[in-house]
Amino acid sequence: MEQGRTETAKPEVAEGWEPRIVGFLCYWCSYTGADGAGTARIQYAPNVDIIKVMCSGRIDPELVSTAFAHGADGVMVCGCHIGDCHYINGNHKTMARMPLLKRLLADLGIEPERFRHEWVSAAEGQKFAQLVTEMTEQVRKLGPLNWPGIMHSRGVGHGQDLRPWGE
Amino acid sequence: MDSNGQVSGKLKIGMYWAASCGGCDISLLEIGPHLLELIQVAEVVFWPCAADFKYEDVARYPDGYIDVMFYNGGVRNSEQEEVARLLRKKSKCLVAYGECAVDGGIPALANLKTPEAIYDASYHENPSLDNPDGTEPQPITECPYGELEIPRLYPQVLRLQDVAHADYRIPGCPPSAERVWEVIQLIVGGKVPLENSGVVVGCYDKSVCDECPLEKRMVKIEQFKRIHQARPEPGWCLLEQGIVCMGPATRSGCGALCIKGGVACEGCFGPSGESEDQGTAMIGAISPLLNATTEDRAAELVNQIVDPAGYFYRFTFGSNILRGRK
Repeated sequence: MEQGRTETAKPEVAEGWEPRIVGFLCYWCSYTGADGAGTARIQYAPNVDIIKVMCSGRIDPELVSTAFAHGADGVMVCGCHIGDCHYINGNHKTMARMPLLKRLLADLGIEPERFRHEWVSAAEGQKFAQLVTEMTEQVRKLGPLNWPGIMHSRGVGHGQDLRPWGE
Repeated sequence: MDSNGQVSGKLKIGMYWAASCGGCDISLLEIGPHLLELIQVAEVVFWPCAADFKYEDVARYPDGYIDVMFYNGGVRNSEQEEVARLLRKKSKCLVAYGECAVDGGIPALANLKTPEAIYDASYHENPSLDNPDGTEPQPITECPYGELEIPRLYPQVLRLQDVAHADYRIPGCPPSAERVWEVIQLIVGGKVPLENSGVVVGCYDKSVCDECPLEKRMVKIEQFKRIHQARPEPGWCLLEQGIVCMGPATRSGCGALCIKGGVACEGCFGPSGESEDQGTAMIGAISPLLNATTEDRAAELVNQIVDPAGYFYRFTFGSNILRGRK
């Protein structure tokens, strides 16, 4: 093994690969906004898998980690604008949580473009559509994250064949 | 009667030391006079740290010969994995003992770097190295007497449960002596079944805050400080004073030892409650305490925390949901 080894090469992008983005949307604003985008027949990228939660304050950082760990290429968290929360201050908790979560994900080598946190109100269907399209393009440029694949190649996971490093 | 059909008088116990510092072996001795009680009912059949046993001795035991086997340390190389699997076969009850075996412990912090980066740092880039030829350890070396083989490094530090089923898990770095004695009485005393699903024992359900004697004044954090930059007011919650304390996200059972000693909790008992992931639990715990009404202010505050990933997962990176870095 020589000195000055380079980082693992970017994996080949499989043909027909499409970014898979998980979107956590609060019921009262962002989900309604996304629903509005559909009702208004706004065209946007079909790459987002929406998970409806009652409040964005419910989105534990663990959920975001779990989404990446199970193969999401990107994660977005959307809630009501500050001051609009149905539960008065649920989104204040989301807001406070995000900077630290972003730092943690960056420390683990996940590009900042793969995680987005935005406020989308019930009337902002257009904004939601634009957000999804924009993020899909950003993630497409970065390529697949393939977290389960990376971990599998290092033998992480119960019952997997362990291969010593470098073999 | 053991599996050979011979009447065995005493229970057979053992302890193995894998990727860990050796503190766990010492912590077992910390049960003090109870050790004499233990020796009356149990006989040590494998304990490399304390007595001269070889792997071949264990391999010669019939399957299921050892009643209770304590395994401390994570799995960093092929030797540790092999022994873990061997001990699983030879033991009725395999116990992950200490934080390294349960959650990866300090060695698992290496998973915050890529395997390539670790190798380069250890053999090429470290300023104190003198390695002009770029020599790296080879798994197999030819020598006049034949081939020498050393254990192979794995790309990541794994927990015991990643390579072999653990019947019980005792967290802590090291596990506290009182809890260990309670657990030994339960397991060795036959009060719980030898085979189990990996239950976490030797700690309590609630967080360290539950045992903490400091007063909570319900004020928000204005500024984060490191322990050498602050003189904390005695009797007042350290986290509220801006000193990162892992108490809210850590299992209790230690009796808030560090906090009573004047320093913040480091989280050595692993994640509390339902959570498996201590770092994200800590993000959830610390964020509502920030005195911030805008995201920018929150970011400004949390940027004062030096190395959150390393601090929040100091002992539990092996149990991180993401498990490693890209």
